[in-house]
Amino acid sequence: MEAQAPVIRLERGMKPDFLEEIYEIPGGENIKDCIQCGTCSGSCPAAPDMEHTPRQIIAMIRAGMRDEVLASNTIWMCASCYMCQERCPSQIKITDIMYALKRVALAEGKANPKASYMAQVFVDNINTYGRNDERMLIFNYYLKTNPGKFLSYAPIGMSMISKGLLSMGAPERIKNIDQIRKIVAYVEKEGTA
Amino acid sequence: MTSYAYYPGCSAKATGASYEESLLSVAKVLGIELDEIDDWNCCGATAYFSVREKLAMAISARNLALAEQQGKDIVAPCSACYLGLAKANKYLKEFPKTRETVCGALNAAGLEYNGDVEVLHALEIFIKEPMLSKVKASVKHPLTGLRVAGYVGCQMVRPYGFDDAEYPEALDIITDALGATPVPYPMAARCCGGSQIMTNEEVALRMSKNVLLAAEKAGADCIITTCPLCHMNLDMFQAKVNAHFGTNFSIPVLYFTQLMGMAFEASGLGIEKNLVAPSAGLAAHL
Repeated sequence: MEAQAPVIRLERGMKPDFLEEIYEIPGGENIKDCIQCGTCSGSCPAAPDMEHTPRQIIAMIRAGMRDEVLASNTIWMCASCYMCQERCPSQIKITDIMYALKRVALAEGKANPKASYMAQVFVDNINTYGRNDERMLIFNYYLKTNPGKFLSYAPIGMSMISKGLLSMGAPERIKNIDQIRKIVAYVEKEGTA
Repeated sequence: MTSYAYYPGCSAKATGASYEESLLSVAKVLGIELDEIDDWNCCGATAYFSVREKLAMAISARNLALAEQQGKDIVAPCSACYLGLAKANKYLKEFPKTRETVCGALNAAGLEYNGDVEVLHALEIFIKEPMLSKVKASVKHPLTGLRVAGYVGCQMVRPYGFDDAEYPEALDIITDALGATPVPYPMAARCCGGSQIMTNEEVALRMSKNVLLAAEKAGADCIITTCPLCHMNLDMFQAKVNAHFGTNFSIPVLYFTQLMGMAFEASGLGIEKNLVAPSAGLAAHL
């Protein structure tokens, strides 16, 4: 197999503004204190499956590799367990930074589409009903991403029905859904969501 | 009577129904009033925070405002709800810009929140004195000889929480109070995979496998959990873990409140709704 040429990046091609964006996250400014020790990657239970480990993501942010970071599957593979953040010797809010990266990637349409779709279905669910209906979430997610996979849930689904853990009724809406609508409208209008 | 504003969370009304059932049952034995917040909404969980942060907090804060109207602190049994509510509560206090937006949004909806509510996890209300003594005094059937792996997972202890983030002990204290034996459990505060079970199933199954494996190695008769999503991954997906990795786990997974109810000889615990059948060690106490 032909060896791939190493990617060489020149400083002038990087986007230093990206680091400034991360500073804007509450607690995000500590990213400048990263010593690249790798404690985050060593503590991350999903790291073996990630395109880039958490340590690499931090280094890439600081190097201004904005597009690569936002398109990485890493940010959507974070299970939000906070172990990296707990252990970081520089008190970097790594998990919260992963959340911020997800939001930027979604807002700019750069998110890994399959993984990010679940979050969007979830938000639609809440804005419509006020609560999360697990059945709607699973159904809509798989319908859009992988209908065949939905069938693999049949055995678990059947056991849940037999145990009375899967309701057969229509999704319920909270009484004051109007309050949720007003909250959404207010924050969206402010544009700082 | 100790009284709290009870925030069930979405799972407690569906796949986690037996968590709510058993929690309400043991609370009744202990004389704790859990007064469900009228018309509560989703806490935001991990997913909403992935799309909009301030909006997630504003939606979460609607529950804080409703609890404040009741004049009570919030108790949430689900670890994700606990974190969603606690995070909103903390950011409102620490970050003025967030507070401004969130309070503005609540006002637009005819609500207000002054920051007077404390967010507690359901486990927290049992392990503090004098309640812990009352738990011990309420044991009718000591769970002698039962080996229990206390699994707290992530969001009850990180990034906030009332128990140690690496070596939690609250579940072991409860286990001990019930006359059972806590086993050394190095995976007690590691992740089950959470909602990755939907989006990156193989990754989540591997994480759950490691949690199950450590319990098996420790010779546990059962695992107890503090979160409906952990329970779902470890119990409902245990067969899928076995199919995927060729393992042969058969470890019952209980909510810690179900274990409490067993020792109290309380009714309505929903243990029959758990998918993995009771082990011999567990069955001896049922």
